[in-house]
Amino acid sequence: MSERPLTRNIDMSREPYDLLQYRQAQGYEAVLRMLREHSPADVLEMVKNSGLKGRGGAGFPTGLKWSFVPTGEHAPKTKYLVVNADEMEPGTFKDRLLMEGDPHLLIEGMIIAAYTIQASTAFIFLRGEYLRAEKLLRQAIAEAGAAGLLGPNIQGSGFGLDIIVHTSAGRYICGEETALLNALEGKRANPRAKPPFPQVSGLWGKPTIVNNVETICNLPGILRYGIDWYKSLGKGSDAGTKLCGVSGRVKNPGCWELPLGTPIRELLEERAGGMSEGYTLRAFLPGGGSTDFLLPEHLDLTLDYDVIGKAGSRLATGTMIVLDDRTCPVGMVGNLMRFFSHESCGWCTPCRDGLPWVDAIFQRLERGEGRQEDLSILEEHLNYLGPGRTFCALAPGAMAPLGSALRHFREDFEAHIGSGACPWQR
Amino acid sequence: MAKISIDGIQYEVNAANNLLQECLSQGLDLPYFCWHPCMGSVGACRQCAVKQYRDADDTKGTLVMACMTPITDGGIYSIQDSQAVDFRSHVIESLMISHPHDCPVCEEGGECHLQDMTQMSGHNYRRYDFQKVTHRNQNLGPFLNHEMNRCIACYRCVRFYGDYAGGSDLVALASHHHVYFGRHEEGTLENEFSGNLVEVCPTGVFTDKTFSAHYSRKWDLQTAPSICSGCGVGCNTSPGERYGSLRRIVNRYHHDINGYFLCDRGRFGYDANNSPQRVTEPVFAQARINGNSEASAHKSMTALEAARQFEAMTGGEVIGIGSPRASLESNIALLQRVGAENFYPGLSDGELACVREVLLLLREPGLHCPDIRGLEQCDCVLLVDEDLSNTSARMALALRQATRNAATAMATAARIPPWQDAAVRELAQHERSPLIILSPQGTRLDDVASDTFLGTVAQQIRLLNAISRCLDPHFDAPVESPELVARAETIAGALVQATRPCLVSGISAQSPALIQATANVARALRIRRKGETESPVDLCFAMPEANTLGLALLAEGSANTLSAALSRLAQGKADAAIVLENDLFRRAPAAQVNAALAGQLPLVVLDHLHNAFNAHARLLLPAASPAESNGSWVNYEARAQSAYRVFAPKEPLRASYEWLTPADPVQLPLIGSEEILAQFASAHPGFAALRKLLTQREGLSAVMKSPRQLPRYSGRTAMQADKHVHEYRQTLDPQSPLSFSMEGVPLQKDSSLLSVAWAPGWNSNQAISKFQQEINGELQQGCKGVHLLTRDGVDASYTQTAQLSEKTLSPYFISHLFGGEEISAEAAAIQARASGPYACIDDKRARELGVNQHGRIAVHAGELSVTLPVLIRQRIAPGGIGIYCAGELDRFTLAQELRVEAVAEEPDMLLRSREMFRHLLINDSWQGRNGA
Amino acid sequence: MNSQIIASTASKVVARALTEQERHEIDHELSLYPDKRAVGLEALKIVQKHQGWVSDESLHAVADYLGMSAHELDGVATFFNLIFRQPVGRRVMLFCDSVSCYIMGCENIKAHISKRLGIDYGETTADGEFTLIPVPCLGDCDKAPVMLLDGEQQRRLTPEKIDALLDKAGVPSSLGNE
Ligand SMILES: Cc1cc2nc3c(=O)[nH]c(=O)nc-3n(C[C@H](O)[C@H](O)[C@H](O)COP(=O)(O)O)c2cc1C
Ligand code: SF4
Ligand code: FES
Repeated sequence: MSERPLTRNIDMSREPYDLLQYRQAQGYEAVLRMLREHSPADVLEMVKNSGLKGRGGAGFPTGLKWSFVPTGEHAPKTKYLVVNADEMEPGTFKDRLLMEGDPHLLIEGMIIAAYTIQASTAFIFLRGEYLRAEKLLRQAIAEAGAAGLLGPNIQGSGFGLDIIVHTSAGRYICGEETALLNALEGKRANPRAKPPFPQVSGLWGKPTIVNNVETICNLPGILRYGIDWYKSLGKGSDAGTKLCGVSGRVKNPGCWELPLGTPIRELLEERAGGMSEGYTLRAFLPGGGSTDFLLPEHLDLTLDYDVIGKAGSRLATGTMIVLDDRTCPVGMVGNLMRFFSHESCGWCTPCRDGLPWVDAIFQRLERGEGRQEDLSILEEHLNYLGPGRTFCALAPGAMAPLGSALRHFREDFEAHIGSGACPWQR
Repeated sequence: MAKISIDGIQYEVNAANNLLQECLSQGLDLPYFCWHPCMGSVGACRQCAVKQYRDADDTKGTLVMACMTPITDGGIYSIQDSQAVDFRSHVIESLMISHPHDCPVCEEGGECHLQDMTQMSGHNYRRYDFQKVTHRNQNLGPFLNHEMNRCIACYRCVRFYGDYAGGSDLVALASHHHVYFGRHEEGTLENEFSGNLVEVCPTGVFTDKTFSAHYSRKWDLQTAPSICSGCGVGCNTSPGERYGSLRRIVNRYHHDINGYFLCDRGRFGYDANNSPQRVTEPVFAQARINGNSEASAHKSMTALEAARQFEAMTGGEVIGIGSPRASLESNIALLQRVGAENFYPGLSDGELACVREVLLLLREPGLHCPDIRGLEQCDCVLLVDEDLSNTSARMALALRQATRNAATAMATAARIPPWQDAAVRELAQHERSPLIILSPQGTRLDDVASDTFLGTVAQQIRLLNAISRCLDPHFDAPVESPELVARAETIAGALVQATRPCLVSGISAQSPALIQATANVARALRIRRKGETESPVDLCFAMPEANTLGLALLAEGSANTLSAALSRLAQGKADAAIVLENDLFRRAPAAQVNAALAGQLPLVVLDHLHNAFNAHARLLLPAASPAESNGSWVNYEARAQSAYRVFAPKEPLRASYEWLTPADPVQLPLIGSEEILAQFASAHPGFAALRKLLTQREGLSAVMKSPRQLPRYSGRTAMQADKHVHEYRQTLDPQSPLSFSMEGVPLQKDSSLLSVAWAPGWNSNQAISKFQQEINGELQQGCKGVHLLTRDGVDASYTQTAQLSEKTLSPYFISHLFGGEEISAEAAAIQARASGPYACIDDKRARELGVNQHGRIAVHAGELSVTLPVLIRQRIAPGGIGIYCAGELDRFTLAQELRVEAVAEEPDMLLRSREMFRHLLINDSWQGRNGA
Repeated sequence: MNSQIIASTASKVVARALTEQERHEIDHELSLYPDKRAVGLEALKIVQKHQGWVSDESLHAVADYLGMSAHELDGVATFFNLIFRQPVGRRVMLFCDSVSCYIMGCENIKAHISKRLGIDYGETTADGEFTLIPVPCLGDCDKAPVMLLDGEQQRRLTPEKIDALLDKAGVPSSLGNE
C-alpha cells in the first residue's frame, strides 16, 4: 500500500509507464474488480465515504457532487464525464505532473468515475499548450483501447467508455466548469448560470460531471485499498494526499504529494528547501493565484481545507507561490491583476469593466504615479467584485490576493504613490 | 400567486416569474440592461441587484440579481437597501467608463435606456481617468448605423439577432473588455428583423440610418398610433413626423400581434411617404381626352378644380375598383359611391377566390385563427407553401418562437424556469417543436424546421390529402406512393401528438385548391382529436396586404371579379371607372388591363404614388398616404384596427374617402372616417362590430382630445418662423380623438391611444412596462381592435380539392420582403435591398440549359418573352422553376406553361445582374444552422 | 451545397478549398462529437497547424464545411488566445508572463528577447521567422521562467539560454537595436 497513491509511478527522469508497466504495478486492477464486483451505487457510496474533496480549487466533496446526477428510468440515458485539465491558474503546475507522469492513472480513474455515473463518453478538456500531455494521453488511450480497457464493452462487463481528448485554445475561463462546457460545445466560453448545475443539465444539455485531473487520479487508490486506508493517509481533518507545489524564490521549487494535514512549514522548508540564498519570506499564496496571502506567521498551519480557510485563505490548488522580500508586492499583485483582467470572459459587467480599472491603477502605481484615491478605488472593487457579485468565481478569485495585499502591504502601496517610480526599481 | 415584501411593502405577485419582472410589473423602478421582457434573463449586466433576506430575522441579507431570482412565497427583498444601491451605482459607473459623452449628437439621446438607467442608478461624475476602450465601426447596410463606442456589452443585440430572430451574421467577437458586437466582416445585416436592434439596444450602438438622414429628437416628433400597411399581419406602429415629412417608424406594443418587434419592411418602408414618386397634385390628362397619348399634356389643377372635375367625370353608372392596400373607409366610400353591383374588389381573380375560401374558414366553428401570440404558443406547425419570412415576416418570427416550445417543456420538466433563457437553450440544444414546411423552395425558416418537403403546389396538395387520409380514414384521397404515405404519416403523427397543433398557409400561390387541401387537414385533425379535446384546430392564412381581408368582406356576397370589371371597361359598359389605390397591372394579365384601358372610359384613379397603371388615368387624384389619413385595417384574423393620421397631408392631398364621398368636398371639414364607419356599421349588420372601435373613440373624444405631440415638443411657436412671424395655427382634427398639439388628456391615463410610451424616469421605449397590466401583458385599457367575424358558420365537411395537373413546367412565384410589396418598394433603403426580376432553377436544369449562376435564360409564356438572370439553388422542388416578378413582370401570363432556353451572356449585363444578386442573395440566404 | 453558394456570394471573401489532409482530420473530429459546431475550434486549429494561421479564406472554408456562418465561427475564434487570425512567424514563442515567472524575473528575459529580435509582444521579426506572444501561466512554475517554442517547453530561462537558442537559429546578435 502506497503512501503516495498519486505519484507512486511517477519519475520525471524517465518516460511514464506504458500499459504493460502500469499493469505490472497493479494498474487497472481496481477497475477490473469494480466492473466485476461493484454496482455504480456501491462505488458512489465508497467515494462519498472516502471524504474525497475536489482538487480543482473549490474542494467540493466529490461523492456528493456525483450524487446529484439523476438516475433511474426517467433520467436521460446519455451522460458525460469531463475531466478538467485546463490548468491555467497562475502558479499551478500539478495536473501537468500527473498527466505527463502517469497518464494511465488518469484513464483508470476516469473509467471509475464514468462507471459510477454511467457515462459512456468522457472528455479530457486539456489546455492547448500541454502538448506533451496530449501526446502521452493519446498514446495511453490508444493502448488501453487496444487492450479492451476502453471501448464499447470493457472486458465483457457490458459497460463501455470512449475517452476523447479535447485540446483547448487558450483561455483561463475555460477552467470554470460551465465555461468549459460551452467551450467543448464549440461556443464562446462564457460561464453558464447555476442553477441548473451541470450534473442536471451539462454538456449538450445532458447530465455531466466535471472533475479535476487530480480528483480523478485519487479514485484508483480509493477503490483498490479502501476507504479506511484512504482516510488514514490524511494527517488532519481531510482525507488523502494532495499534490503540493512551491514556486518562487526557494531553493528547490517543485511539486510533491503530501498527506493532507502536513504543516506548511514542512512543505516550504523541507521539500522546497527553504528560501533561496539572500531572500527572506514575506508572504505566500497557499493555493495559486486566486487565494489570499498568508504570512510567515502562518507557516505552522497545516495543509487542510478548513484550517487554511479559517486563516482567511484557501488551500485551492495547493500550489503555493512565494513572495520574497526582494520582489515588489505591488508588482506581483499587479501581474495577477493584469492576468485576471485579460482573462475575464467579458460577460458580466463588474468583471469585464472592473478588472481593467484595477489593472490600470496598478500600472499607474508601478510607474510611481499613483494617487491616494487609487487605493480607495481598489478597496471599493474588493466588494464590488466579491463573491456573489459577479457571474462566476473568476473576479472574486482575483480579489483574494488584492484584498489581502492591501491589508498586509499597505506601506508598500503607499510607498509607490507619488514617488515617481517603483521603490524596488530605484 | 405569491405574497412577497419589497422594502417593507406587501405585494401579490406571479410566482412563475423572476423578481425583476415582478418588481417592474408592480410599477417599481429597478434598473436593468441585459434582461428583456421578451427574451428573458441571462444575468450578465448585474444592474438589477437587490437584497434578499432569508427570513424576518435576517438583517444582513444577500445581494442577488433580481432577474435571476425566482420568486418564493413569503420572500423578503429590498431595492432600497444601501448595499444594493451602492452595488448598482458601481455597475453603472463601470458601464460608463468607456462610454462616450456624445449624448448631444447621439441619435439615441432623449430616448436612451442607458441615460435613464444612469440617472436611476445615481451616477453623474466620471472618476475613471484612464484611456477608454475604443472600437472601429462597421457599415451594416442601408438600415442601421453602428457606433460600437457606445456599447455597454449587455449582449442583448446578439441575443435578439441570433437567438430570437435566427440571424447568423451578427455576433459577439473577442473577449474581456474588448468584446465587440458586429459582423466578422463589414456588410449588410441579412436578417429581416435587424431593425429591432434599434430598440433592443439600450443605447445608441444601433440606430436607424434612414432616420439619421432627417433626424429629429423623439420629443420633437409628432406621432399617432398607426397600423403597418406592409402586409396583412397588422402590426402596431408609431410613425413620427416633423416638418411635414415622415421621419421614422418604431414599434408600438400590441399584446396579441407584434409585441415588441417589427420586421424591416414595416420599419423602413415608411420612407415611401417621402418618395419622389408621391402624387402631390391632381393630374388631369387632358391630352388623353383628345385621343392623344402625349403624356406631357397634363394640366395641373387645384383640389377644388379636381373635385369638380371628378364629379363631372363620374356621373351615371360608374365602375369602382377597390383596393386591398386602401383603408376600409376608402373602400366603403367607393362602394357607397358606385353601389354594390358596380363595386369590384381590386384583387386578382386568384386572390379573390382564395380569400373567399378563407372567409368561410374563419367562420367555421371547428377552426380557430390564432393571433401572433397564439402562433408562438403552438407546439407543432404545418406551414404550407407560404414563404412567410418574405410575405408576413412577423408571422415567421412567431413560428420561430413556436419551435422553442419543446425547449420550454423540457425546461419545465427539469424545473428550470422558462425565463432562464440561456439555461433553457443549453438544456434543449437542437431540440425543437416540430415545424413542417411544404414549399416550392428553401425558406428562411428551414433552419428550425423539423421536416421540409420541397414540392410544387400540386405535389403539396397530394401530400396534404395523404395527411388528411392518415388522420381520418374516411377522408377520400387518391392512393399515393408508399414514400409519400410514409411522409404523410410522420407529419400526421406530429400533429396528433401536439397539444396545440397549427396549420399556417397563405394565398401567395393564389391557389384555392391548396387552401382547401390545407383546411381539410385541419378538419381531419379535429375529427381525429375528438374525444380528447373539443377545442378548435388552429388554422390561419397570411394575407398579402393590410386590408386584403377587409376588402373581401366588403365584397362578400357579390360575384364581381376583377376580370369582369376589366371586360366591362374594355367593352365600355359603363360611363366611367374609379380605381382606388391600385396598380391593376399587378392584379391581372397585362393584355386584359390594356384591353380595359383601350375601352377609353373616363378613368379616375386615386393614389399616393405614381405607378404603371395610374399613368393611364384621365384624372389622377392625390391621395393621402396611410400615415396622413385615419383609417381602419382588417388583418389576417379579420381583426379591424384603427390607425390615426400622424400628420395632416399637404394641400391638395385628401384621404381617398374624402375625395370619394360626394358631400361638398370643398367645404371643410370633410367627412370623417368615423362617420363612414358609423353609418356603414349601422346599415350592415355584418359590420356591427365596427361600432366597438368607435365607442372607444367616442368615449375619448367626448372628454378631451389626446395630444399627438409630447409635452416637450419644441419650437412649435417658431417652426415656421421663416415664413410667418406669428405662431402658425394648429391644424384642427375634428375626425379623431387626437389633436395636433401638445395639450390634452395626457396619454399616461389611457394606453389605447398610446403612440409614445413615456413615463417619469423612463424616456426610452422600455417605458412601455408602465402601461402594461403586467410585464408582457395587455396594455391598460388598450383597444386591441375588434374581430369582424365570429365562428358562426357551419362546420363544413371536407371540400373536394381540384386535382391540379402537374404540368411539365409551370412556375412558382417567389416573394421578397424587400421590394415585393408595392408601397414600401418606393422607400430608398428598401430599394437598396431589393432585387430585379430573376428566375430560380436547380442544378439539374441549369446543366440541361447550360447556364451558370448569374447567367441568363429566356422565358416564354404565351405571347410573353422575357430574359431573366438565373439564380441556381439546390433546394427547389424537383423540376420546379421559380420566378420573381419584382412588380415588373406579368405573373398572370407567366403562370401558364413556360418554355425556357439559355441566352448568350452580354458581359455588361452579367455585371449588373451580379450586383443585383448580391443583394438578392442577402435577402435569400438560407443557412443550415441546424448543427447536428 | 446551396448554403455555400449563397454564403460565399454574399461575402467579399472567397472560401479557399480545404486540403485533403485538412478535411480528413476535420472529418475525424466530426466523428467524435454529436454536434458539428463543437468541432469549430478543433477545425480551426487543424487549419492553423497546416497554414500557420487562420486567414479569412480559411475561416470561411471551415464555416462552410461545418454548416455555420463565418460570423459565428469568428465569434468563437476571436474569443480564444491560440487561434491566430493574423499571420505569425514560422516559429511562435509563447512566453509566460504570469506570476511565478514574474517573480523569477521573466521581464528581464523578455527584454532580452525583444532586444535581440527587435520585436515586442504581438510582433513578428522582419524575416518572418519569430513571433513573440505572451501567454498566461504555462503550468511549469517550478521551472520558471519558461516559454513554449515550437511545441517544446524551454525552462529556467536565462539571457544566456536565450542567446544559445537564438544563436542556434542563426539570429545575428546585431538584429536588435544595439
Ligand atoms: C475562473 C476559474 C478557473 C478554473 N480553472 C480550473 C482549472 O483550470 N482546473 C480545474 O480543475 N478547475 C478549475 N476551476 C474549478 C472548476 O470550476 C471546477 O470547480 C472543478 O473543475 C471541479 O472539479 P473538482 O470538483 O474535481 O475540484 C476553475 C474555476 C474558476 C472559477
Ligand atoms: S451593442 Fe447594444 S445591445 Fe448589444 S451588447 Fe452592446 S450595448 Fe448591448
Ligand atoms: S469571468 Fe466572466 S463573469 Fe466572471
